Amino acid sequence: MTNEAMFFYLFSAVLVSSATMVVVARNSVRAVLFLVLCFVSASGLWILLQAEFLAIVLVLVYVGAVMVMFLFVVMMLDVDQAQLKAGFARHLPLGLLVAAVMVVEMLLVLQPENFGLVTAENVGSGLTSNTKAIGRMLYTDYFYPFEIAAVVLLVGIVAAISLTLRKRPDSRYIDPSEQVGVKASDRLRMVDMESDNR
Amino acid sequence: MNFAVPNFLPALPEIFLLVSICGVLVVDLFLTDEQRWLTYVLAQFALLLTALAVVFGFSGETVTTFGGMFIGDPLSVLLKVVILLFSTVIFLYSFHYLRAGGQLRGEFFTLALFGILGMMIMVSAHNLLLFYVGLETFSLCLYTLVAYNRDAPKGAEAAVKYFFLGALSSGLLLYGFSLLYGTTGTLSIPEMAAVLTAAGADGSVNPATLFGVVFVVIAIAFKLGLVPFHMWVPDLYEGAPTPVTLYLSTVGKLAALGMAVRLLVDGLGPLFVHWQELLVVLAVLSIALGNLVAIVQTNIKRLLAYSTISHMGFFLLGLLTGTPDGYSAALYYMVVYALTGIAGFGVILLLSRKGFEAERIDDYKGLGRRQPWYAFLMMLVMLSLAGVPPLVGFWAKYSVLMSVISIDMIWLALYALVFSVVGAFYYLRVIKVMFFEESPMVQPVSATADMHWTLTLNALALLGFGLIPGGLLDFCRSVWG
Repeated sequence: MTNEAMFFYLFSAVLVSSATMVVVARNSVRAVLFLVLCFVSASGLWILLQAEFLAIVLVLVYVGAVMVMFLFVVMMLDVDQAQLKAGFARHLPLGLLVAAVMVVEMLLVLQPENFGLVTAENVGSGLTSNTKAIGRMLYTDYFYPFEIAAVVLLVGIVAAISLTLRKRPDSRYIDPSEQVGVKASDRLRMVDMESDNR
Repeated sequence: MNFAVPNFLPALPEIFLLVSICGVLVVDLFLTDEQRWLTYVLAQFALLLTALAVVFGFSGETVTTFGGMFIGDPLSVLLKVVILLFSTVIFLYSFHYLRAGGQLRGEFFTLALFGILGMMIMVSAHNLLLFYVGLETFSLCLYTLVAYNRDAPKGAEAAVKYFFLGALSSGLLLYGFSLLYGTTGTLSIPEMAAVLTAAGADGSVNPATLFGVVFVVIAIAFKLGLVPFHMWVPDLYEGAPTPVTLYLSTVGKLAALGMAVRLLVDGLGPLFVHWQELLVVLAVLSIALGNLVAIVQTNIKRLLAYSTISHMGFFLLGLLTGTPDGYSAALYYMVVYALTGIAGFGVILLLSRKGFEAERIDDYKGLGRRQPWYAFLMMLVMLSLAGVPPLVGFWAKYSVLMSVISIDMIWLALYALVFSVVGAFYYLRVIKVMFFEESPMVQPVSATADMHWTLTLNALALLGFGLIPGGLLDFCRSVWG
């Protein structure tokens, strides 16, 4: 077994087992951490395919940004674990059956010869930088979808703000700009009183 | 590496719409609630000017740009113009409803405009990647719009359901795309058709390609709301704010038509015999279930949801013939359906007011006495949906059924005919409730002049196109030569 094949099976085994753990883990924080492991092993597989750009982006964006935020959300939410897993045992047989059918189907269909890959060969010579190639493609041939991806992000921003930003009349909040502009005379009233000479 | 700067001109309408949306977005920031009408007026201008740009930018010849990713052909121009014009009517109805209900916020118009931009990108996409980003732009806006009314628990539930199922269907679509890319080696839709034609010359077919086709068909069925992928439709129609239901069930379906035609006809056309079988099953199930379940509904929005499911089945009848005549019948059917749906939801929006949604069928009791004109317009809508001559819905059903008969699937045409008779029952029930039942309810309706006349024109168009069916039908036929 070559080194490459060895690493391929290592990463794949970790990937599949951590993906299983994401589903079966009792604690949702653990599930998220297993998902991180999943992504890291997937990026390992991509490195083996010499797709270093995708591998690095996967780690930077998903593991570094998305999953960390996701972890915060999961930690802050009060999720009832028992309720979340309530139907797990009951639905397990059906789920396993569907999964098994799908695995068999995919094994039958996703054969290398169906994709014109009867003889396995190295992808790329290892001398080309696919980061550079992707950059070139994105800003030339794929310029139009790339711009629209930016529109999708803008829609995401508008959507998030429209769903969450609201002024509720019954909520009490402090307006910092008014707060720093406050003067002594707003808060303290000097009252002339006759002194009490008892 | 040489790179020629692409011709931006064919995409001018999209570019113009995007710039105007950004303008509307910024202007809306500085408006007070009393000035919010300005957002609406700007949005309407953006739509009309974009429609003008589409019409005058099209020379009559098919153009492609951005390396073949963008295509401006008769189909895309027709769909874009129809989507833009129908959207102006939808905006008009929605504006009055939202203002009367005190729910008017600028985001409704900006998000709806972004959605329209996504639809325009989708209907003129000739590349799977571009197609997907267009679809996501459109879907993301819809998910948000469904949750527009944040204090309604039903709306939030519908939004979450729609989001999960929508994300799942996008995942299926992407998986299908990846398999198609893996077997054909191209993302370009015309190149894919060429590769598939060459590969299928000896009559063989790659099982992995078929696997991809199945996923693509499932994703399309999800978006159209066909049985058995229809679970989200009734809940969404009922839970979403009525203007959003209107938007999604009319122009949204036109965009889904664009999706189906681009992918199945343009891209996977050589595999026609394989996806035709799938569409027959989907159509048969949708027509039966939609019409049967609609009978027992008491909520008019749910009734229209099940009616939509059956109408999407009818639309498929045209698509599955695989002939230009069938495709134009399907296109005609969808345009007619959207026009009718807009009028129907227009009446629902008009009769609703703050704190009261006219969504139970019982709310329409005695409408014929209280509001005879609007009851008459609603009657036209129901008759058109049922396919009663001389309304336009009859010609839509007629042309679809004729195209099915022309490919010798007479059993399918008969089956559809039987179920459209079943369907007539619940449409007629609404008419019966309106004219022959009494209700002590008083229902003040305060329609502004523009709302009144647009709705009147909209509903009378159903009669007008029904009496003179030639123009619109020929227009749809001209798309496929």
